[in-house]
Amino acid sequence: MIYGEVLGMSTQSAPQKNPQKNPQNDSVKNVRATTVMSGAEIVVKSIVDHGVDTIFAYPGGCSMPMHQALTRYADQLRTILPRHEQGGAFAAQGLARSTGKVGVVMATSGPGATNLVTAIADAKMDSIPLVAITGQVPTDVIGTDAFQETPMVEICRGITKHHYLVTKTDDIARVMKEAFHIATTGRPGPVLVDLPKDVQMDKCEVDWDVPMNLPGYRVTKRPNARPEQIRQMAAAIKHSKRPIIYCGGGIITGEASAELRELAEKTGIPVTMTVMGLGVYPADGPLSLDMLGMHGSAYSNYSVRDCDLLIALGVRFDDRVTGRLSEFAKHAKIIHVDVDPSELNKNKTAHISVGSDIKFALTELNKIVEAPEDISEWKKQCFALKAKHPFTYDQNFDGILQQHAIRTLSEMTKDRETYVTVGVGQHQMWAAQFFQFRKPRQWLSSSGLGTMGFGLPAAMGVQAAHPGALVIDIDGDGSFQMNIQELATLHCEKLPVKVLLLNNQHLGMVVQWEDRFEGANRAHTYLGPIDHEEASGTGKTEAHSFVEERYPNFVQIAKGYGCGGGTVRKRSDLKAALEEMINHPGAYVLDVQVPYQEHVLPMIPSKKTVDDMILS
Amino acid sequence: MRHVISAVVQNVPGVLAHVSGMLASRGYNIDSLAVGETEDSALSRMTFVVVGDDKVVEQVRKQLEKIVTVVHVHDVSSQDYVERDLMLVKVAAEIGTKRTEIRELVDIFRGRIVDVGYADVIVEISGQESKVQAFIERIRPFGILELVRTGRIAMVRGSHTPQQELPDSASEVEFVA
Repeated sequence: MIYGEVLGMSTQSAPQKNPQKNPQNDSVKNVRATTVMSGAEIVVKSIVDHGVDTIFAYPGGCSMPMHQALTRYADQLRTILPRHEQGGAFAAQGLARSTGKVGVVMATSGPGATNLVTAIADAKMDSIPLVAITGQVPTDVIGTDAFQETPMVEICRGITKHHYLVTKTDDIARVMKEAFHIATTGRPGPVLVDLPKDVQMDKCEVDWDVPMNLPGYRVTKRPNARPEQIRQMAAAIKHSKRPIIYCGGGIITGEASAELRELAEKTGIPVTMTVMGLGVYPADGPLSLDMLGMHGSAYSNYSVRDCDLLIALGVRFDDRVTGRLSEFAKHAKIIHVDVDPSELNKNKTAHISVGSDIKFALTELNKIVEAPEDISEWKKQCFALKAKHPFTYDQNFDGILQQHAIRTLSEMTKDRETYVTVGVGQHQMWAAQFFQFRKPRQWLSSSGLGTMGFGLPAAMGVQAAHPGALVIDIDGDGSFQMNIQELATLHCEKLPVKVLLLNNQHLGMVVQWEDRFEGANRAHTYLGPIDHEEASGTGKTEAHSFVEERYPNFVQIAKGYGCGGGTVRKRSDLKAALEEMINHPGAYVLDVQVPYQEHVLPMIPSKKTVDDMILS
Repeated sequence: MRHVISAVVQNVPGVLAHVSGMLASRGYNIDSLAVGETEDSALSRMTFVVVGDDKVVEQVRKQLEKIVTVVHVHDVSSQDYVERDLMLVKVAAEIGTKRTEIRELVDIFRGRIVDVGYADVIVEISGQESKVQAFIERIRPFGILELVRTGRIAMVRGSHTPQQELPDSASEVEFVA
C-alpha cells in the first residue's frame, strides 16, 4: 500500500503519520479486524487511530451516536464542548495551526453544521488541516427538507479541499482514512465528512486495512524540484544584484523554517514575510525586513519595488501583498516555489516556477547555493530604509495606544513560550507589526478569509494543545464579541487563555477607511448605543480623544463567566496590569481602554502601488 | 483562443456539480460541457470548450486537477484531434416542396432525417462545430421549432491515450494513490 509512503512525506508529526506501524495499534487492529462496530464508533476509533488527542464537538440530535461513542474513548481523546460550533471549529484550527497536526471538529446537522461553514472556509483560505465531521438526517429522509436538514456537501463544495456524504456504514473506515490523508498532505486544507444518523447507528464488520480510493488525488512527491530547477535558482541568486526573499505560510506548513533561515544566512539576502509567514524568520534577526504588503513595513515594500530578484517561497501573491499586480516587483526576475502548482503563474508570472515541497526544494538549494557576488550596497539601502521608516507611534501620550500595549506585551513575554492569536482589523495589523515573532506557529491569524471572532476560540485550541504555554488573544472589542461565549469554555475546561482587549468602542479598521476615503462619515462603526454622539460621528475627533462611556462592561462579562478581569487606561498602569493578566491562574480579560483615532500605518490603499503608500 | 479540455473523473455523485461550480465561481468562460461514462464504469469523461488565453486555460487545467475526484486533465486541442457535436433539430416542414429542399440540405450536410411528423421533421447532424453551425444557418429560414445539442466531445488521434501521459512541466506531479 502506498499510504505509508505518502504519509511519510507529509508535514505532520509522528503520531498521525503512520497509525498502522504503531505496534500498539497493530495489536488492536488484529482484534478489531473481526469486530462488528457501529458507524459512530468507527468514526471515533478512526479519529483516535490518526493520533488525534483533542476534539471540539457540540452535540445535537443527528450527532448523538458519535457523542455517545466519544465517551467510550474519553481516556484517549479529550472532547471539549465549545459554546458555539464556530468556536469549536476555530479552536480546532488553533490546535492545528500551533502544532501542525490535524484539527478535528464535530457538529450536528442543520444549524450545527452551517455554524462550521465560516471556519471551514477560513481553513481553506489559510491551508489549515481540518477534518469537520457533521451529523446528517437519516438517509431515508435526505432531500425531504427534514428537521435540521441542510445539504452540507452542497454548501461546502467550494470551501473544502474535499467533502463526503457517507451513505453506507461500510464506507466509513475508508472515508475517514481518506479524509485525514487529504487534509494533511500536499497543500493542507479542510475536509468535510457528513454522516447521516442511520449510518452512524448501523453496524458493520470493520476492515481497518481498506485501501483508499483516490485515483485523482496527487500530492507532490519528493524529491520533486528537479535538479536543473535547483541549479537555475542558484544561478539566479548568484547573479542577482538586489535580491529579496518573500516568504509565507507555505514555509510554516512545510516545516521549512530552518532551511529558510539557512538560505538567508548563506546568501545574506534580506527576508520579508507575509502575514501568514511571520515567525518563519525571527523579527529581530539581522536580515529581517518584517512584514510586507498593505500594512507592511515601508522598508519591505520599497525593497520589493526596487529588487531585481524576488525569491517567492510558499506564498500566493495575494492582493493584500501585491497591491496593483502589474506594478508589484516590476523590475524583478521572479522565482516562485509552491507545493500547489495552481498557485504558480496564477497572479504573477514567474520566471522560474517550481512546483515542489518547499522543505525539499530549500534543502537541495542550500546544498549548492552561493551568495550573490556583491550585494552589500543593496543591503545597506534596505537597512537604511529600515532605520529611516520604523514602525512608530506617539510616545508622549499618557493614555495607552494599541501599538504601545502590544509592544510592551511583546517585550514582557519574549523569554517565555508565548502564542498570540488575533481577531481581524486594526489590532490584528498592529499585532503583526509590533509583536516580535521569533518562531513559526507562534502567531495565529485568520489571514486569507479575515474572520472576526477568530482570536478567542483559536487561543482556546492552542491552550488545549499547549497546556503550559502562555496563550494570548490580542483582540478588538468588535472581534471579541463575535465569539465571546467561549469564555465559558475557557473557564469550564480550565484553559487559562489571556485576552488583551484593545477596546476602542469602534470597528477601527472600517473607521480608518472612513477617515481616509469617506470623509470620516461614520457608517455603523460605533459599538455603543445608537443615541450616543459617537454613533453619528459627531463626537470629539482630535487625536487620542476618548470615548468616555464604555459599553459593554467587559470586566463584568468576564467575571460573569468565571474568568478574571481588569481595566487599564493609563500608560503608567499598563505594565502592572499586564503582569496581573499574565500571572492570573485562569482565563483573564484585560480591558485596555484606548482611543479610536489611531490609524494603522503605513498603508498602501487597495489596488495602489508602493509609491502611493501613506506614511503618516 | 479556443481550447478543448478533456477531464477523466471518478464516477461518483456530485462530481459534475463540483466541477461546474468551481468553473463558475472562478469566473471561467465555458462554451460547452459534455459528460458521459467511459469504457471503465468507475470513470466518466467531461469535455469542455474553454475560451481564453493560455494563462486562463492553464489555470482551468490546474484548478480541475486540484479537485480530488478529477483523475486526469488533458488539453486535447494541443494535439491532432477529432471533435464532434451532435445536434437534433426540429424543423417546420409542411407537406409540399419544402420537405424536398430540407432533404437535399440534410444530404449535403450528411445528416439524417430521423422523424417525420405532420408538419415537421427531426434532423440529426453531427460534426465539427463549424459544420453544425453552418447547417443551423441554412435551415433557419425553414423555421426551427426546437434545437438540442450535446456539446462538443473530442478525441486525440492515434493509439496514444492521454491517460498514459504524465502531466506537463509546470505542475511536476505524479500519481501516488
